[in-house]
Amino acid sequence: MTPPSAEAATLGAAPAIERRPPSFALGPIAWLRANLFSSWLSTAVTLLLAYFLVSWTLSFLNWAVVNAIWDVPGTGQQVDTSACRAARGEGACWALIGEKYRFILFGLYPFDEQWRPALVVVIFVALYVISAMRRFWRKELALIWLAALTAIGVLMWGGVFGLPYVEQERWGGLVITLILATFGIAFAFPLSILVALGRRQTSMPAVKALCVVYIELIRGVPLISLLFMASVMFPLFLPEGMNIDKLLRAQIAIILFAAAYLAEVVRGGLQAIPKGQYEAADALGLTYWQKTGLIILPQALKISIPPLVNTFIGMFKDTSLVLIIGIYDLLNTAKTSIIEPAWQGFGVEAYLFVAAIYFVFCFAMSKYSQDLERELDKGRRR
Amino acid sequence: MQTPTTTDPRFLRAPPRRGIALSWRDPTVRAVFWQVVILGLVGLGIWWLVDNTMRNLEVRKIATGFGFLEREAGLPIGESLIPYSPADTYFRALTVGVLNTLRVAIIGAVLATILGTVIGIARLSRNWLVAKCAAVYVEVLRDLPLLLQLLFWYALLQGLPGPRQALNPFGSVYLSNRGIKFPWIEWQEAHTAALIALVVGAIVTWGLSRLFTARQMATGVRPRLWPWAIVLLVGLPLGVWWAMGAPFTVDRPVLRGFNFRGGGTITPEFAALLFGLVLYTAAFIAEIVRAGILAVHQGQWEAAAALGLSRGQQLRLVILPQALRVIIPPMTSQYLNITKNSSLAVAIGYQDIVSIANTTINQTGQAIEGIAIIMMVYLTISLSISLFMNWYNARIALKER
Repeated sequence: MTPPSAEAATLGAAPAIERRPPSFALGPIAWLRANLFSSWLSTAVTLLLAYFLVSWTLSFLNWAVVNAIWDVPGTGQQVDTSACRAARGEGACWALIGEKYRFILFGLYPFDEQWRPALVVVIFVALYVISAMRRFWRKELALIWLAALTAIGVLMWGGVFGLPYVEQERWGGLVITLILATFGIAFAFPLSILVALGRRQTSMPAVKALCVVYIELIRGVPLISLLFMASVMFPLFLPEGMNIDKLLRAQIAIILFAAAYLAEVVRGGLQAIPKGQYEAADALGLTYWQKTGLIILPQALKISIPPLVNTFIGMFKDTSLVLIIGIYDLLNTAKTSIIEPAWQGFGVEAYLFVAAIYFVFCFAMSKYSQDLERELDKGRRR
Repeated sequence: MQTPTTTDPRFLRAPPRRGIALSWRDPTVRAVFWQVVILGLVGLGIWWLVDNTMRNLEVRKIATGFGFLEREAGLPIGESLIPYSPADTYFRALTVGVLNTLRVAIIGAVLATILGTVIGIARLSRNWLVAKCAAVYVEVLRDLPLLLQLLFWYALLQGLPGPRQALNPFGSVYLSNRGIKFPWIEWQEAHTAALIALVVGAIVTWGLSRLFTARQMATGVRPRLWPWAIVLLVGLPLGVWWAMGAPFTVDRPVLRGFNFRGGGTITPEFAALLFGLVLYTAAFIAEIVRAGILAVHQGQWEAAAALGLSRGQQLRLVILPQALRVIIPPMTSQYLNITKNSSLAVAIGYQDIVSIANTTINQTGQAIEGIAIIMMVYLTISLSISLFMNWYNARIALKER
């Protein structure tokens, strides 16, 4: 570097400092230099990672597409899976999905009636989409939910409108997963609001203690222990002759479990409301329930929407635990589809199939939650 | 118009009440009333459930109490940290289960923290490819049910060839559907002594480090620690091991008949559970670490850069210590989650506390006691983790003046 004095002396007639042409400061090459090859360490990491990515992608494509077996001769008991066995390790056996996808999606629901659970899945998805749109966030949404859930019940059970009756033991697959998750949310959410409000009642120590014990007890134990409780202990709780079927028992366990987690999220939202809002509501002479319903909850719930959606995602994934107590949800039908000797050992294919379904649902929810967070944040920042 | 009218509520107190006047307008009276009603309803519900349960137990002739813990369990357990045989009692079987739960939870928590921190930092990397790979990892792993991932890894491990055609990636390490076999030294007293020496060395090194920091504070010069560290952490254990005759025999796995003999083993159940738990939890920890680092003000990076620290030093000495304050509370709930999620072991046949308690319930029929044991174990573990993390959090919290 030239000393300042020399620089000053040559100022004026100095030759222009050699600069890089702009094509190196902008454009794709500059981007590559800045983001992939900025230093020798970065270059080494990029090359190594790129090598692994390419080689893994190629071998995965080889397995999943090039060497895959898409079809095998025979169906049902007479199926001949020797082609799949021969390709074991080199190629995927997608013939399993072709043969079993109806079972994985709908369980043991009567084959000719499977359009009904298929329609139910469509109704569920439509319900989610409508609930996600902000222009539908009003009181009528509760009516839409009520109508949709009734329609789902009618379609699944049948027995009216000329639909043959299908007993609940035969339901299975994706529908069970969606039912457990949706009804779980629909019931756990109001319960969680009550519990969260109860936990903030300083003037009612007994109610507060009750809510704290409930939340901490449920959050301290794994969901499985609650499901076990629902499956083996619940029958002991009820008077003789009274019986609740297994799906409902699992549903109750999931509701109780989810409500404890949701209550903590709602409590976080309640805590974020400035004290002035409570005092202003009191000054207007509102009763406790008016204050809560008209002033506090609308603000608190708005703040807690993104974490609420995250809890919903967790719940959606957690419904898969009912597999352990023998309920045929989406994951369990996939696990059962490979039990026949002919299909044994093709678990990876079956699990990848259901993984894609779970991923679509959860990824959509998580993207939605991120967008919503950004949008709500925009409103707050002004 | 200067008449001092007192509409200020502070001066408009009601005259003191005489005697006890129960009025519905009194908030205290209403609070007591509603509490009595709610507690009464809950109590009634519990009494109804307990009454039903007692009657049902009597009708079905199910024994109550924890007497079964003393009886012989007769249930085989695949892997155990303490000596165990099916002739032992239920109590010992359940203890084995608790230890197995703790084993997978502790190893899992340590590995998930390391992997999660690496991925969280990678997601903030200036290298586009590294950042994208980390982002895809987090998005995919977070959005799939853990149970599905466990079953997937287990299916993958079960799909490995049998012991006779075992894969042999390097040395005497064998991968088969019976698990991972690897060479292991034959354990002798000298090794235990060396291990103790290592622990002593680590404690002394830690003490020295604190001493040197104190000297740096006083004089501004930090004595070099690393020569001491090498002597204490490497030299001392090796010296002890050497002094005790330096025994060293490697126990290599050898194929005998249909299975391997000797060497160390990681069962497919344990491997699948650990793998699934670590990969799943690491995705969540990565997000926590990333959020924690982003929460540190940009000016801190710039100030650290202005001091001439390299980017690694900036991260290690300036950013991470501050990020930790944001990271610790959500990290606590991840450690709680990994412990609770280890209960999914029952689905792939790793014998943790839930799995063994479940077998106990099936054998004895004593569902209430079995589930009570599961819940007590998890509540105890959860409480211990919470207490420890709260203590740690208080220690690293910002020391305000």
